[in-house]
Amino acid sequence: MQLVLERRAERSTAIAVASPLIAIALTLVTMAILFAALGKNPVTALSVYFVDPLTDSYSLVELAVKATPLIIIAVGLSLCYLANVWNIGAEGQFLIGAVCGSWLAVKTQGTDAGFWVLPAMLILGAVGGALYALIPAIAKVRFGASEILTSLMLVYVADLLLDYLVRGPWRDPNGFNFPTTAEFDPVATVPILIEETRLHLGSLIALVVVAVASVVLGRTIKGFEIKVVGAAPRAARFAGFDADKLVILTFVISGALAGLAGIIEVAGPVGHLQPNFSPGYGFTAIIVAFLGRLNPIGILIAGLFLALTFIGGEQAQISIKVPLDLTKVFQGILLFYVLACDSLILYRIRVVSSRSGAADGIV
Amino acid sequence: MGLFEAIILSVLAASTPLLLAAAGELVTERAGVLNLGLEGMMIMGAACGFAGAYFTGSVIVGALAGILAGMFMSALFAALTLGLAVNQVAAGLALTIFGIGLSGLIGAGFVGERIETAPHLYLPMLTDIPWIGKIAFGQDGFVYVSIALVIGIWWFLYRTRAGLILRAVGDNHVSAHALGYPVLRIRTLAVLFGGACAGLGGAYLPLAYTPFFTPGMTAGRGWIALALVVFASWRPGRVVTGAYLFGGVTILQLHAQAMSLPIPSQFMSSLPYLATVVVLIVISRRRGLAGSAAPASLGLVFVPDR
Repeated sequence: MQLVLERRAERSTAIAVASPLIAIALTLVTMAILFAALGKNPVTALSVYFVDPLTDSYSLVELAVKATPLIIIAVGLSLCYLANVWNIGAEGQFLIGAVCGSWLAVKTQGTDAGFWVLPAMLILGAVGGALYALIPAIAKVRFGASEILTSLMLVYVADLLLDYLVRGPWRDPNGFNFPTTAEFDPVATVPILIEETRLHLGSLIALVVVAVASVVLGRTIKGFEIKVVGAAPRAARFAGFDADKLVILTFVISGALAGLAGIIEVAGPVGHLQPNFSPGYGFTAIIVAFLGRLNPIGILIAGLFLALTFIGGEQAQISIKVPLDLTKVFQGILLFYVLACDSLILYRIRVVSSRSGAADGIV
Repeated sequence: MGLFEAIILSVLAASTPLLLAAAGELVTERAGVLNLGLEGMMIMGAACGFAGAYFTGSVIVGALAGILAGMFMSALFAALTLGLAVNQVAAGLALTIFGIGLSGLIGAGFVGERIETAPHLYLPMLTDIPWIGKIAFGQDGFVYVSIALVIGIWWFLYRTRAGLILRAVGDNHVSAHALGYPVLRIRTLAVLFGGACAGLGGAYLPLAYTPFFTPGMTAGRGWIALALVVFASWRPGRVVTGAYLFGGVTILQLHAQAMSLPIPSQFMSSLPYLATVVVLIVISRRRGLAGSAAPASLGLVFVPDR
């Protein structure tokens, strides 16, 4: 007796809706086992992770702050993944966006430059991210180089460039030799939405990005092209859609959004440029994109959920002394389950006797 | 020991983890499976390899622990991509994220600890031959294992029936299935083999390269090893050339940093990554003219029909 996969006649709509929820439930069960293995009470630990952050207003704001970059990046990535384009270097584009925008903040530091500084920084960030994403895109369509590997390699390069800038030319002369730029001027800082909190304009921008992406994907020809090229490349060729152009387009859009998220993060919650200011948002956004089923609204919800794991992870580190790396373990397990559950939309698992299985060549 | 010997020795040491991981991935990819989780399997190999050697004091136990960790990780990958027909790119990414987290969890207790690294071979007379003695007869065991591994893989792929079947599965899984070959079982074995090699390659880092474990110590070597397989056009011999070339670039930038040239160290550190991008572009471009050398079924989902 054994289990085999069998293609369903039609996609299962019920599982399509339930799959992220099943995945989250399975992840929580796995996490409970993991906590028990680490000698922690699973119920206490899970509530520190997932319930406590939702009970006070400070953490709720923090949830929005952390979800903002995740959502902005993930919306861009979802366009790529829908078109079967594998940009996995969003972390690099995020860092380069932060660097490009910060350039203006550093150059105008202490001058009487006016309100135009922040908008210009946001534009620079988006343009920087887009140009950085253009490298793997062009390498792909012009030379056929795997965008997976080139985009990922450029993450390390971006990280080193950032490191060089804040330790070298952009270092705050009054910063006691810490590798950081000076605090950005008020005109170079993302405005706060609610006084006395860290909630900033970036969260609104994230909502706008989600809304625009919903319209583009649901109601425009371009959105349709992206989906067809990914789901049915042959049909797309017959329809005359230019797959190469879509590679460039999706890379540029996702790079621009990642870059925008980067400069918002630096000019918002962080307030200055420093190494390691990102806890891996560009990589976590990949999980957000899949958990949100590559759908803008889904991504909005998934982004909030993954933000919860960051906050819960920080609190768990302090209150029940579990390593911060547990958050990454948790995110990895979540992605495993999301992918596995998504598979059940297209396939069902059937039990067969081993004789007929042998004919299948799976034994 | 002369400077020449020192440089060659350090190039070999820097290349060996790449060679081990890339050789395993080559077999996996020849069977038609793209396992992008190499980085995650390597870092798990590093963490578990260190733990094994730390508790037992034995480099061999450490190496075995690394191999088992790599195989455990690749078994997860196989269950997802072969058992549940999940997209291989996404599953590989999940494996990397998971591996980086789990290795940090395992290694958290070992940060700052040191172990004895693998001893170097010493054969009286032979190792003392000037110039080449140390290079040919004075390496740690991993270096010899990695070279034997590549020769073994070459022999398996091109000189055995099983190797021919494995390549057939990678080139056309539908035909291989129609001929009655157990596509998924062969692929599972290939994935496990790749995981074992990646685990060993990762374990090399704390067991022979540096005597300690640091989180994220693989520093992208898994991704570079993936690029090496492309560079090698999926041929075992060229993986050796590629790995030593990249090891050379790594050592070159280290020496350049040590000479304190007026170039920022970060620029030198980014050289291996930039070199990978450039090499991928050049190699893909040349191949564009002659058709792809990749196994035809690489990365495609296969669900046997009934």
